[in-house]
Amino acid sequence: MAKGKLTFQDIGVSVSVPAGTRVIEISEKVGAGIIYGCREGDCGTCLMTVVEGAEHLSEPTALEDRVLKENMAGKNMRCACQAQVADEGEIVIKPA
Amino acid sequence: MARQELKPVEIANGVHWVGALDPDLRMFDLILKTANGTSYNAYVVHGGEGVAVIDTVKEEFSEIYFSKLEQITSYERIKAVILNHLEPDHAGAVPELMRRAPHAHIFVSTRGLKLLQALLKDELENYQYTLTDTGDVCSLGERTLSFINTPYLHWPDTQCTYLEDEKLLFSGDVFGCHFCDDRLYNDLVGDFRFSFEYYFKHIMRPFKRWVLEAMDKIEPLQPRLIAPAHGPILRDNPLEYVKSYRTLSNSYLTKKIDAREKSLLIFYMSAYGATADMAKHIHAGASEIEGVRVSLYDLQGGEIEPFIDLIEGADGLLFGSPTINGDAVKPVWDVLASLISIETRGKLGGAFGSYGWSGEAVRMIEDRLRGLKMRVPERGLRMKFHPTEDELEECHAYGLALAEALAGKAKPKELDFADLQM
Ligand SMILES: Cc1cc2nc3c(=O)[nH]c(=O)nc-3n(C[C@H](O)[C@H](O)[C@H](O)COP(=O)(O)O)c2cc1C
Ligand code: FES
Ligand SMILES: [Fe+2]
Ligand SMILES: [Fe+2]
Repeated sequence: MAKGKLTFQDIGVSVSVPAGTRVIEISEKVGAGIIYGCREGDCGTCLMTVVEGAEHLSEPTALEDRVLKENMAGKNMRCACQAQVADEGEIVIKPA
Repeated sequence: MARQELKPVEIANGVHWVGALDPDLRMFDLILKTANGTSYNAYVVHGGEGVAVIDTVKEEFSEIYFSKLEQITSYERIKAVILNHLEPDHAGAVPELMRRAPHAHIFVSTRGLKLLQALLKDELENYQYTLTDTGDVCSLGERTLSFINTPYLHWPDTQCTYLEDEKLLFSGDVFGCHFCDDRLYNDLVGDFRFSFEYYFKHIMRPFKRWVLEAMDKIEPLQPRLIAPAHGPILRDNPLEYVKSYRTLSNSYLTKKIDAREKSLLIFYMSAYGATADMAKHIHAGASEIEGVRVSLYDLQGGEIEPFIDLIEGADGLLFGSPTINGDAVKPVWDVLASLISIETRGKLGGAFGSYGWSGEAVRMIEDRLRGLKMRVPERGLRMKFHPTEDELEECHAYGLALAEALAGKAKPKELDFADLQM
């Protein structure tokens, strides 16, 4: 199975994960600084900055696009409760 | 004493108070007591091209509000409806106001749009609105109102509105308090010092970070008059209250520990000493890391209130509880349920405890810590009955690892997805 590498820059932890995994499933387990509110793409609490490898994340859905816009997110920002690892590339993220 | 006067009060040139008094209220938002009641302050600003209405009142006081409004203006003259905050105590009469003045233009902060939609539902499409940010203005001809975006004081939507010609700040809940007195002004009403601080501590305290950012925006204005949405209008020495917000946003503990040092608090309860032994070894392990000040507290000997001040200033929190009847013990939950008035987001957390056969407590506490937006970097320790020497070594290592994480000394880690599956 294709595995991507997800690095949480704030705590220096990298995890190899199967494609399709949401960032939230990993970040809470490793204790990264990204935090969550609604956990379903509504509130924008989980904004994160993608430092590298944005192209290896799934495209934002309409739901995520809306919440990004509402929260005036910069263009390298994503919602960690929504974004999924899409392929085997390397992705580096940190809290917004 | 508070008599419900049915007349608007002119508080500045062409500015009227059209609020309502609620002397009988005894509990507000389920989180604070109001021994003196409260008021819902709303205002009208008159200009050459029409009037701006700033906020409304709690719905049950609508009649008083509309009656005051009608004494000083007509619905046709209302050009702007400015909503500093969409909580029902101020937005309660908005749906009816808009039905009566459907041509009026609503001004609400960008983060407030969702709340406005939730308030007006389908009716919103009948109205025009503008989303505001700091520096945006609403003109009434010769008079200008400008907006100051003050998010999270205490909702995402909150903003202040400034009337430049009078140097008058309509501050919403900011600088407000629950104090009900028909004499309206801070130099005439009873002693509301306690109410002012109490309000801050229950409403604004979790958002200190945002309070300080807001004060950076408000201080340069040097307002001559502050008209909040609750309690006295601050005309005597208004800047004193701005200063107060700064002071109250600092730590409540008088002496700071060295700012370069991280504070790690370990709380525990123990019936037969097993969880207590774990706590002591975690404490010893954590204490090996330089730059981390570690403290150990047995919750049996503590009161919640002072712990909250301590927790507010701490960087890491560990909770130890045995599993009793499938749960963590109540004093632990009591502490964890009392953190509503402070910010816990981003602190480091962890849990540990001894158990007999099922050991639910630790994972339940960890979930709660994550719910409080804390990060839990190490899997918490669960140990059956009294820990062995080896297990106490594990406790030591756990304490050390957490202190390293706190001090930013944790070594980079490479993990596999499978390692994380429990
Ligand atoms: C002090 C206070 C804080 C609130 N904080 C939140 C919050 O963090 N997240 C949220 O979704 N709603 C929050 N709310 C909104 C309430 O959940 C909302 O107003 C709800 O409709 C109240 O329900 P009730 O009428 O049953 O009291 C808060 C409300 C108050 C009064
Ligand atoms: S947690 Fe609410 S949008 Fe992600
Ligand atoms: Fe409020
Ligand atoms: Fe309020």
